Amino acid sequence: MTTTAAPPEAPASTEPPVHRASLRKRLIPYWLLLPGILWLLVFFVLPMVYQASTSVQTGSLEEGFKVTWHFGTYWDAFTEYYPQFLRSLLYAGTATALCLLLGYPLAYLIAFKAGRWRNLLLVLVIAPFFTSFLIRTLAWKTILADGGPVVAVLNNIGFLDVTSWLGMTEGDRVLATPLAVVCGLTYNFLPFMILPLYSSLERIDTRLHEAAGDLYARPATVFRKVTFPLSMPGVVSGTLLTFIPASGDYVNAELLGSTDTRMIGNVIQSQYLRILDYPTAAALSFILMAIVLIMVTIYIRRAGTEDLV
Amino acid sequence: MTDKTAGGDVRLSGISKHYGTFTAVHPLDLTIPQGSFFALLGASGCGKTTTLRMIAGLEEPSTGTVHLGDREVTDLQPYKRPVNTVFQSYALFPHLSIFENVAFGLRRRGIKSVKKQVDDMLELVQLGQFAQRKPHQLSGGQQQRVAVARALINHPQVLLLDEPLGALDLKLRRQMQLELKRIQTEVGITFVHVTHDQEEAMTMADTVAVMNGGRVEQLGAPAELYENPGTTFVANFLGTSNLIEATVETAGTGAAAGSGSEIVVSASGAVLRLPASRCATTPRTGGKLLVGVRPEKISLVHADEEDTIATGRNKITGRIADSSFIGVSTQYVIDSQVCPELEVYAQNIERDSRLVPGAEVILHWNPEHTFGLDAAQSMLAGTMGDAGIETVEESA
Repeated sequence: MTTTAAPPEAPASTEPPVHRASLRKRLIPYWLLLPGILWLLVFFVLPMVYQASTSVQTGSLEEGFKVTWHFGTYWDAFTEYYPQFLRSLLYAGTATALCLLLGYPLAYLIAFKAGRWRNLLLVLVIAPFFTSFLIRTLAWKTILADGGPVVAVLNNIGFLDVTSWLGMTEGDRVLATPLAVVCGLTYNFLPFMILPLYSSLERIDTRLHEAAGDLYARPATVFRKVTFPLSMPGVVSGTLLTFIPASGDYVNAELLGSTDTRMIGNVIQSQYLRILDYPTAAALSFILMAIVLIMVTIYIRRAGTEDLV
Repeated sequence: MTDKTAGGDVRLSGISKHYGTFTAVHPLDLTIPQGSFFALLGASGCGKTTTLRMIAGLEEPSTGTVHLGDREVTDLQPYKRPVNTVFQSYALFPHLSIFENVAFGLRRRGIKSVKKQVDDMLELVQLGQFAQRKPHQLSGGQQQRVAVARALINHPQVLLLDEPLGALDLKLRRQMQLELKRIQTEVGITFVHVTHDQEEAMTMADTVAVMNGGRVEQLGAPAELYENPGTTFVANFLGTSNLIEATVETAGTGAAAGSGSEIVVSASGAVLRLPASRCATTPRTGGKLLVGVRPEKISLVHADEEDTIATGRNKITGRIADSSFIGVSTQYVIDSQVCPELEVYAQNIERDSRLVPGAEVILHWNPEHTFGLDAAQSMLAGTMGDAGIETVEESA
């Protein structure tokens, strides 16, 4: 009797505190999220909303801008500046491909062959960040200067003939050509390619290489069938981290290019700061964002990385 | 490829491996007969995995040669050797399905129609319905079978298994031991199995090589190694041995003599005898000898019943220090003047209720079951206690 009577009472008295404690526990993640959410709200969502409303305003700086839901701005901006859009995607795409070609062997070396030099090499990869982005880009102006040693060598080995045939340089100049802009972009975004590549290569169990070798795969086949597929998450995140900022970049085109190499970032910048046509600038920003989002979505779908991670 | 050529033995001649000043494997000669199930047994760091990897070509020997049949493969890259490995962690390709994992070796050799072979192989390891899964969707035991299938499908001349059951729990391990043994009998390929589990080595292998400190301590059939250990390491590492330090009274005529000759030794008053043929060293009268006997060979009677013991048996008196009942048998620890902590395993057929801790007892066994070892070695070598294995590894 006593044993059966006791249990129903016990839970009734202990339930409320247990409940409160578990509620507090469940709220902890939200408290942890709060600073980040506030940050995003103030510095990302609000400016986006503001930009979106700017893009559908009409008027002038003198008379003031008013929201008139004039979506025509989008069409006008796109038709007028589509060459710059195309150029941005082309330059950013080329720079991304070059980053991948340069960065993959380096990341592979650091991950598998560097041994005790690994940490030093990683520090060297991010060492450029200790200097300002602007100063480093300006340094390229000196490196690629007309008549400088780099240009002279490139000219002598016939490299400039190839690039000018490709339409990337003109005559014996490198500065103020598409090549210079692509070089600048490649240089500036290379670490963003190397680091994700390194981290996904580094996670590959080297015993998989041994196993593939043991199963009659030659070294090149081991790379093609095992290493490269397993590094796909790094390839995808590296290319995204390079392509997305590079397509919106304007500093490289501004400092190393000419009026013929203007990218969409340069157009947006001058619309905002020189022409003061805020609606067009805002509309261009949103078009760029949409294009990048669509391309990235298709890319991720095609790369099929959800299978890998 | 060359895997279809008539097989042959694996022959290691004087192979060794140094890493800087550390010697992982001392020059080693070993012949593994074709079609046998061969185990390399030893504690971690004894060089067994290095030896296996040298056969696979994953490790380059510092000296010596590796032959597969008549063909020398010492300098051959792994992908050119007709051997396959089942890795310790399985090393399945995480981005490929089970089917593609198993088909990997065939595809690399340019075989186009792999479907039937792969399906048959997956049937052999009873994983037919998992063909389209990814490795991480399988349990440890299933992954292990995929690893075996992936290697076996290539019909290698030799299958190398590097602690393949190490990651499995005890019950599954027992099951996979039988499974592997069944597969080996079925396909008839030479298996070289690396393990630190003496029970696993003894159940599965035809021949066991016990390795210690980069050397093969002893080589033989499991029963042979168990009954006639040549060193204290083997005596302790394979099962349990009671080792007694004794003085030789009559040397007999040594190991070379016929089975008739006997060695008589004394230890703290007890006189023990052993056949000279079971002595791994040449005893000298007045010299020291380690005398060993397995715990299950010893019978235990209460001191009051000394007269029931047949004459001619080795006898030691002592006191029960501890006893533990484990179902089929009872394990006793006996303190004796001759040797502290003698172990005795008694079958639970008729239990004498007087055999409890504190009781005075007499241990006796057939002299035929006694073996002799060189007294110059550590009695603790190969024991599971920290002193044993650690000392052995450091001295390596």
